[in-house]
Amino acid sequence: MAYLELKNISKTYGQDANTTEVLSDINLNIEEGEFVAIVGFSGSGKTTLVNLINGLLSPTSGEVLFKGQPVVGTSHERGVIFQNYSLLPWLTVYQNVAIAVKEAFPKEGKRFRDTLVREYIEMVNLTRALNKRPKELSGGMKQRVAVARSLAMNPEMIIMDEPLGALDALTRGNLQDEILNIWNKSRRTALLITNDVDEGIYMADRIIPLRPGPNATLGPEFRIDIERPRDKTALNDNPEFMKTRNSIIEYLMDIGSERAANSDVIYELPELEPKDLRWDFKR
Amino acid sequence: MSDKLIKTMRFIGLGFLEPIIRLTKGEEPNKNLILILKKIVAPIASVFLFLLIWQSSSSALFNIEATYRIEKAMNEQGKEAAYAMKLCIASGAVSCQPNTLPSPSQVKVSFYKLLEDHKIINADKKAFKEKTAELNEKREAEGKDAIVYTGRPSFVDQIITSIKTVFAGFLLAIFIAVPIGVIIGLSDTLRSSFNWLIQILKPVSPVVWLLLVFMIVKTLTKDSDTDSAFIISFISVGLCSMWATLVNTAMGVSTVDQDFINVAKVLKLGPIQKVFKVILPSSLPLIFTGLRITLSVAWMVLIAIELLAQSPGLGSFVWEEFQNGANDSNSKIIVAMFVIGIIGFLLDRIMLTIQKFVSFNKNEGS
Repeated sequence: MAYLELKNISKTYGQDANTTEVLSDINLNIEEGEFVAIVGFSGSGKTTLVNLINGLLSPTSGEVLFKGQPVVGTSHERGVIFQNYSLLPWLTVYQNVAIAVKEAFPKEGKRFRDTLVREYIEMVNLTRALNKRPKELSGGMKQRVAVARSLAMNPEMIIMDEPLGALDALTRGNLQDEILNIWNKSRRTALLITNDVDEGIYMADRIIPLRPGPNATLGPEFRIDIERPRDKTALNDNPEFMKTRNSIIEYLMDIGSERAANSDVIYELPELEPKDLRWDFKR
Repeated sequence: MSDKLIKTMRFIGLGFLEPIIRLTKGEEPNKNLILILKKIVAPIASVFLFLLIWQSSSSALFNIEATYRIEKAMNEQGKEAAYAMKLCIASGAVSCQPNTLPSPSQVKVSFYKLLEDHKIINADKKAFKEKTAELNEKREAEGKDAIVYTGRPSFVDQIITSIKTVFAGFLLAIFIAVPIGVIIGLSDTLRSSFNWLIQILKPVSPVVWLLLVFMIVKTLTKDSDTDSAFIISFISVGLCSMWATLVNTAMGVSTVDQDFINVAKVLKLGPIQKVFKVILPSSLPLIFTGLRITLSVAWMVLIAIELLAQSPGLGSFVWEEFQNGANDSNSKIIVAMFVIGIIGFLLDRIMLTIQKFVSFNKNEGS
């Protein structure tokens, strides 16, 4: 039995004539301790897929099984890192993490919770910004807080929805390493949603492309057998990396052009001829 | 040091003093001189322009009224009476002054007179207290009510009463509007079911609210001899002014960013935690905008309500002076007008400062 199992998931929005099927026929198995990445174009339904797994949405048909139990609503067992950080702007860094810790460990004492909060903030190197509000932080720092917040609940699985999408390339690289380090320590199950193939290859054990929606579905998986810890600079010369990267990109490009060719919308232009109005005005 | 001073100045709404502070420190003299011209000299000049227009229009009105009086005397009593009237007006005697828009200097005189009056009444009160202290102790020992001062309230007393009434009304509005707004905002069903009622009651005039409250309070206080004028006026003020807060709170609560709701769900916050930790803080800016409108509406309707309810305060002061028709009544009314305006402005400033203090988005507000 897989750790997380998605069985014939489909998700539609709207009703009757306005129905759009965003996801259809999604089947996915994730084993315990595995790091899986899903890559796809923007607008292909990635966020919908994430929300189905973390329990914010429920599927129209099919089943999401977590440890064999169907997912109903959210749970502390599945930590989520959102694309837009979603920090509470009126709370400081400390309070943002503390609110999660308080919910996850309601029975523990104040001292315990305090050390836990500080520990996780230390882990993402934000101790100096402990009492700052999100507005005073850079994008990378905000995402670090979000990472600390979701990890502080000690989830068994981490779901990341394009966590680094809004960051610049350098910060992105740094944070990738930090997330990998943290993951390496505890080897929790991780699901990364991304639009960056390189990021997926660098971080994950398996990459699964999401064919763009409507009717988005998962493509064939690509295994990445590059040994960890991976070296980012050496990766570029690794033939295995090059091969996987090219085949994934080729696959995604193919879907893209296929989609463009398949579009059967024909714009009919009306047959019009300009009318000469000058004489009408003269009369 | 100066930066900190400027920051606090800005915070309490005295940001326009910034260029003076900077100039005394010798920073960028040219730029700061221009800023002083813009932010301090120009507003003062506009006040002087206003006073000038006021002065000239009041003297024009004075002339119209004087000419009318002289002509009237001429037609009714003949040439000599007209001449006597002319002399009387020119001499500035109280008995024959035309009653019209007072000039700024008259208003100033009235203002000092009112302050003087306040001092006299205060001294009177004090003397009364000393005189009755012994007697009151005795009465208290006998289980009777103490004798209290029942003389005429001074202008300052009226102001204080008005401020008390407006705050009582404002607090009532907060206690009614914020909880209801939160509850309505949380549920679509409740919101749509109360929407009509709110939309219908919102535009009802303060006068009608006063009458409604009067009907209810009169019946409720039938056997007791408490002073119902204060109760009536503060409840009416609260009912008139609470709508802005109610609507804004409901809107703020119902339009909380979906991201924050998702966070609350992922963290598995309980319903109470969700309301107090996520929904209320995120709708606080809108709630405060509503509260600011509520306070200014409360102050505005207060004057009209006091005027009608005959409860002590600035409103009844204005009305009594108007009925009084004494020589300086008009200028006293103008004094009251400025006092009302300035207090309204200060109340708004206070609310703005509190709003800045509690709001997470420190750039908001003007």
